[in-house]
Amino acid sequence: MTWQLDIPILTLVVVCAIGAITVKDLLGSAILFGAYSFMMCLLWAIMGAVDVAFTEASVGAGVSTVFFVAAVFRTTRRTKD
Amino acid sequence: MKILGLIIAVLTGTLLIYTTSDFPSWGDPSSPASTHLSPHYIEKTLEETSVPNIVTAVLADYRGYDTMFETTVIFGAGVACFFLLRVPRRKEPVERLYRHTLTGMTLRIKDLDEVPENLDEFERIDTLWAPYDLIIKTVCRLLIPFIQLFALYVIAHGHHSPGGGFQGGVILGASFILLAVSYDLRTAKERLREKLGGILCAVGVLIYAGTGALCLLLGLNFLDYSALASILHVDPITARSHGILIVEIGVGLAVMATMIWIYDNISSEGKYEEGL
Amino acid sequence: MRYAPCVLILPMSDLITHIVANYNYWIYITLMMIGLYAIIAKNNLVKKIVGMNIFQTAIILFYISIGAKKGATIPIIEHAHGDHGAGSSAVHAIEYINPLPHVLMLTAIVVAVATLGVALALALKVYQQYNSLEEDEILDQIREK
Repeated sequence: MTWQLDIPILTLVVVCAIGAITVKDLLGSAILFGAYSFMMCLLWAIMGAVDVAFTEASVGAGVSTVFFVAAVFRTTRRTKD
Repeated sequence: MKILGLIIAVLTGTLLIYTTSDFPSWGDPSSPASTHLSPHYIEKTLEETSVPNIVTAVLADYRGYDTMFETTVIFGAGVACFFLLRVPRRKEPVERLYRHTLTGMTLRIKDLDEVPENLDEFERIDTLWAPYDLIIKTVCRLLIPFIQLFALYVIAHGHHSPGGGFQGGVILGASFILLAVSYDLRTAKERLREKLGGILCAVGVLIYAGTGALCLLLGLNFLDYSALASILHVDPITARSHGILIVEIGVGLAVMATMIWIYDNISSEGKYEEGL
Repeated sequence: MRYAPCVLILPMSDLITHIVANYNYWIYITLMMIGLYAIIAKNNLVKKIVGMNIFQTAIILFYISIGAKKGATIPIIEHAHGDHGAGSSAVHAIEYINPLPHVLMLTAIVVAVATLGVALALALKVYQQYNSLEEDEILDQIREK
């Protein structure tokens, strides 16, 4: 794991995590969570955990984002915090 | 509540960061986690199971119990979603909407007995606001077979490359979810009925547990695939490799059906009338 | 007096090696705490579920990092095709990343998405009952009854 790749991705992961819990729109939160999952997948691919990265790319960035979008579509997008 | 939460998070974080000073440094090859148990897996997997991908071998063979109950947990989650959300009301909709694909005109048919026979140029839609997207539908129809083929490859080639039942099952489920998103839930349900999905989900878990029970019947331990050698007419080491493939197929089926099941229930609030 | 700069530099380089050895862990813990804060302090149920997932992924990241090894390759044994590796050169544990955390966490990710489905189903039921996802509004409606 080289630090030139490591530090930008770790920074992006933290930024996406903070964004996902602070943004005042649940759909935006779901999409930011998908971006967070994808960054996480890159991090695991760099660490050499290819199977875990593959699972996260299909599950975290794919299916769970769809679940969030479906749930937000059936409830409401607005939130106070 | 916000300040209290912040204080709790900062305090816990400080404590955890303090404990990391006792950790071995990052990526240390002589750390305790890398010197106990895992060298055995790395050095012996190829001899004992003839599977080059150590993760697949440990997942389905050495830690087979663990994975079997994880599959059961996924099945349980699917059943929980079904019981929480599904509304068993079998009420036929009072009217149907048909749209003329060339002009975009919408027909509203109130009396279901008088549905015209010749509706070739019309497509049935669920809501008035459903947009007509030729490009999305065509691209998805072209892509879905390749996605499914790739999913099957991932399941079958999990022995030699990254992949396996979990990943392949999720990709296979995602292809059906893509069909439900790009067309509508009704089209996706015509391809894979709700009842069939539930049965596939249970069959996946049954394949896994049944393989274990078969090994037990053949005189060895539960999930010891070398017992399958007498059925498959191969040597015990190759039998372990084939046993891993069988349980991976079971895992793939269960995961695929559960993902579709959860998506259908959430996106239609359990009514199965209109999806996303 | 000549050694004064060295005295200053030595602890400094110690600190730098300490940071380089541990900064990964600190960022993982920061992520965990972001998730914990969201679970405790956020008012919206979907935000709480997002926080729960961030917490889960951060813990998984922590586990995976325990298995990492410097100078090792991915845990798929090379040149294993054909004769099933029989008679080929012996496999050394130092050359491959520890696969055990990967196995444990691979199943954890898929179980995480299943629990996410159940959590969202519960949130949907709560919304159907109270027509709101905000925790304080739901609590007010419960108290009024």
